[in-house]
Amino acid sequence: MTAEPVALAPPLSLSDGAARWNREAMALVPGAGLPAPLVVDRDTRETLVEYVRADGPSGRKLIDAVEAAELRGRGGAGFPMAVKMRSVAGREGPRTVVANGDEGEPLAVKDRYLLRIRPHLVLDGLLRVAEAVSADRAVVYLSDTIAADSVSKALRELGGTAVPVDVVRVPRTYVGGEESAVVRAIDGGPPLPTDKPPRPFESGVGGTPTLVANVETLARIPGIAAGRASQTVLLTLTGAVTRPGLYEVPLGAPLRDLVQPAGKPRGFLMGGFFAGLLGPRALDIPFGFTELGAEGSGLGCGAVSVLGPHDCPVAAAADVLAYFDRENARQCGPCIRGTAAMAEALRELAGGGASDARLEKLEGWSRSLRGRGACATLDGACNVVASLLREFPSLVAEHRAAPCPRCAALGAADRTAPDIDPQPEAP
Amino acid sequence: MKIRLESAKCDGFGTCAQHSPELFELDEWGYASVKGDGEVPPRLEAEVNRAIADCPVHAIIAG
Repeated sequence: MTAEPVALAPPLSLSDGAARWNREAMALVPGAGLPAPLVVDRDTRETLVEYVRADGPSGRKLIDAVEAAELRGRGGAGFPMAVKMRSVAGREGPRTVVANGDEGEPLAVKDRYLLRIRPHLVLDGLLRVAEAVSADRAVVYLSDTIAADSVSKALRELGGTAVPVDVVRVPRTYVGGEESAVVRAIDGGPPLPTDKPPRPFESGVGGTPTLVANVETLARIPGIAAGRASQTVLLTLTGAVTRPGLYEVPLGAPLRDLVQPAGKPRGFLMGGFFAGLLGPRALDIPFGFTELGAEGSGLGCGAVSVLGPHDCPVAAAADVLAYFDRENARQCGPCIRGTAAMAEALRELAGGGASDARLEKLEGWSRSLRGRGACATLDGACNVVASLLREFPSLVAEHRAAPCPRCAALGAADRTAPDIDPQPEAP
Repeated sequence: MKIRLESAKCDGFGTCAQHSPELFELDEWGYASVKGDGEVPPRLEAEVNRAIADCPVHAIIAG
């Protein structure tokens, strides 16, 4: 892809510490409608002094409040948080709670934002959940070194916590944030998924019942406890848009109200690389768990990448499958072979050389390979292929008739979110 | 009796499908999957037990 490099981390000066967080609404991002700051500096990172801890219920009453707020996991699966909390709380201890901020999705930046800029909010959520489920140990699991420094600093600022909190850092990979990989890595193994069962709530870290929750999910707990939960979602917006960045947006608003495309959009990559492609009709679909799910897509980790007038959904699908072919855990045969086969077929389609037989195979793989891996990576690959064939049938037919000039011009590309690390200073 | 297959373990030996072709199928690369929901009809239990015992990588889990 030849998209211009974009700044996901706008230079924001938020020197007015007292006013920068919208406390009444318990917003996760300072400045309504503005992109979130992603680069840590004295002005952006919230210190312990600046963080205002709200009062609220604890224990089982907190779990009830989380249930009433209908909080769903923000890591990708959208699992109800209260159900997770009850399953761990209801088992014999000791118990473990993990804040999962590995953020393997290449198009998402929200977890790194929260850990870098608002570590006290995440830790507050983590410790409240640890208390509510009577956990004996808490872990912050992440990959970003800047986030690790910020969280470690926050723990030093706190001086001590009711439950011991460890920071565990792993290399950033696609599969490292999958919950069984999280458990395996914290126990000293490789950050690779295992077959289920057991799930972490049955047997997780050190064999203890373990609650693994995404850091955005945890960052919403203090607001829920305070009775001021905002029905919002963190949206990482990339691709052909006028202002790429990380935004806090209302859950369930049509994408049209949230996204300003640069030029007429030809498609959308939804939920990072996981929830597949949508055509331009995506603009009228509410950006919510059930609404997107009903359309064969998903909210996932809240990342949306807009394919602009010069882009092509076939090229995007080919790029994503090439990524899955490279980045899968190399554990399950159907995933190793299946992602490679689907990637090759899509590359052929992009080049105008896909036969009828190959396309039939591709369609078949997108159905038969679903659910055949230990983790959901292969399902993500199937989502992308199935949604391309479903949402863009005439475009696919055109690619069979003649080579696509857009695909030829684009070539193979990474399509990951721009690097959010600060640029090294010029010598 | 109910069984499941651990995808990360299966190396595509195909022994399971030889013993119990009604319950196991192999994909075009030779990797196995369990047909249906893993519930084993009583008449197939003997051959499924052979498949479990003979899988070189112990990828079939009963229970």
